Amino acid sequence: MQQRDNENRLSQEYTNSVLLNGTLQTPKWWPYLVSILGFFVVIGFVLFGIQIKYGLGVTGLNRPIYWGLYITTFVFWVGISHAGIMISAILRLTQAEWRRPVTRAAEILTIFSLATALVFPLIHAGRTWRIVYWLIPYDASRGIWPNIRSPLFMDPIAISTYLTGSTLFLFVALLPDLAVLRDRTTGFRKGFYTILALGWRGNPRQWKMQVVGGILLSALMLPIFVSVHSIVSWDFAVTTAVEGWHSTIFAPYFVIGAVHSGVSAVVTMMALMRWGWGWNEFIRPEHFDALARLLTVVATAWLGFTFLELLFALYGLDAPEIALREMQIFQYPWNMLFLTFLLTGYILPVPMWIFKRIRTNIALMFWSSILVNIGMWLERFLIIVPGLARRTPFVFTWEAYSPSWFEWYILFWSFCWVTLLMLIFSRVFPLVPLFEQKESEVFSDDIKIGRATVPTIFREEEE
Amino acid sequence: MKSLLGLYLDPNDAANAMDGLKEGGFEVGTFDVLTGTPYPEGAFGEHVPQHRLFRFPAFGAIIGFSLSLFLTTATQLAYPLITGGKPILSIFAMLIIMYEMTMLSAVIFSVIGIIFESRLPNIAPGVYDPRITEGYIGVVISVEDSDLNKAKKILEKSGSEEIKEA
Repeated sequence: MQQRDNENRLSQEYTNSVLLNGTLQTPKWWPYLVSILGFFVVIGFVLFGIQIKYGLGVTGLNRPIYWGLYITTFVFWVGISHAGIMISAILRLTQAEWRRPVTRAAEILTIFSLATALVFPLIHAGRTWRIVYWLIPYDASRGIWPNIRSPLFMDPIAISTYLTGSTLFLFVALLPDLAVLRDRTTGFRKGFYTILALGWRGNPRQWKMQVVGGILLSALMLPIFVSVHSIVSWDFAVTTAVEGWHSTIFAPYFVIGAVHSGVSAVVTMMALMRWGWGWNEFIRPEHFDALARLLTVVATAWLGFTFLELLFALYGLDAPEIALREMQIFQYPWNMLFLTFLLTGYILPVPMWIFKRIRTNIALMFWSSILVNIGMWLERFLIIVPGLARRTPFVFTWEAYSPSWFEWYILFWSFCWVTLLMLIFSRVFPLVPLFEQKESEVFSDDIKIGRATVPTIFREEEE
Repeated sequence: MKSLLGLYLDPNDAANAMDGLKEGGFEVGTFDVLTGTPYPEGAFGEHVPQHRLFRFPAFGAIIGFSLSLFLTTATQLAYPLITGGKPILSIFAMLIIMYEMTMLSAVIFSVIGIIFESRLPNIAPGVYDPRITEGYIGVVISVEDSDLNKAKKILEKSGSEEIKEA
């Protein structure tokens, strides 16, 4: 197969064959990995069933710490979900060229991590089915309606909006690639893709709608993306009883933290995609370089918010809040967690990203992005648990939380579950948008300036 | 009525075919170009499609706003829980839900708009070739039987690799 055409661009046929190598064929490692992950996922569901039977007593949750690992993990996955729209919408609106191989994976990560995040309040609730009374506005015999004044109600509304919007956004962007798959499959699979492709042909009207519609949806999704983690932060921030939570800075602090962890998760995923499917020509070191530059800015802004949080406590000199910060930073074991959080969330990875050699080293980028997400999980844990664990007047118990192995397993399960969903998705749909990749080949060329030949990107004039 | 599809490897040949069809007296709406990737608008001298996509999110937002106003008001009035002597209708809390539902409805209607304006779903897509998603450019025309040979000649003359008929 000819890899490059006469103008030294990757041919569309080659792009199809390489980027569909995980969809039209089964990679050797895929069945083994899916089986192993499936095994762990099934155990997770069994444990969830056991928890429903025996109640929340199987967890380490006890007064005064009612929000523990489950809610920490919920906030963590909502944070990861911010990757998709951050990458896809912002970079699409700003017409950043390097977004192309990244967008689809980021959008899928958004959808699966959001769907996983939504499961955690259900697990955390213990009697999961009772959430129906709390959320669904139907006229029950008791006459009780959802309390719209509670952020705990606003939260599922925001997340459901984000999940629905992201899924539709993904579907629209998938249409041209579904047509590619329709044209390359037979039998049942052809029928499946034919239905999903809706009769796509690739005429100028359809392409125009892809471009205009993509920008329109990006513009609509961006405010939703900001609102979602703001509302998640209000689950905590409007609680006046917990000093560590009651903060006006929480909404932007959570949003920027979510972008930090989400974009890091995209880096992790891109490295895995490059290694797993061998897409070296499409996911290149320059993409990691661009993401690391973006992460450096985001991480530094996030660190600013982290210190502002501490600074505001010092300015206010509110005794309970000072006591809480002292506990977080100086008391064992919280101080160890705080140190690990700072080291992994910023101090280790960000100075590494200053050097181009590291930014373009895929293995180092992979491990540094893992570090960030360890730090970001710890950040959520350090916000949620110490705030509740602190000794307050008129209580007879404090610092009583030690997560049970059940909770640790469900945390592990969530990673297996998201990875499993991604792997299953990869067998059905392409992880890299084919048409975006081909478009970049059409809109790029090498030009000569003096004696230098430089790569250029063309852009249509906006009307 | 018959459909012809000329397949081209070179965008210039496809553009020549489009010009040829125009010069040959075929109506603008009867022929179109099919590609596997977006090309710059007007690259093939094709008719630039007009759309009304932006009306869809506006309409969706109005529906979402109205529905959310009703839901948030009705649920609070249906269970009037007075807290701290404050009014039953909590405007700030309502605004958050109304914002989310307005945006959700705008997104849903935008997607409906994108699909509608793309003229999808297309149950009878007509003459097509899978090679279009491999980089070939298709020029497709619907003609009366009497004009079939004329259209075929124009497609051949402009350098088509293959012509399909349906």
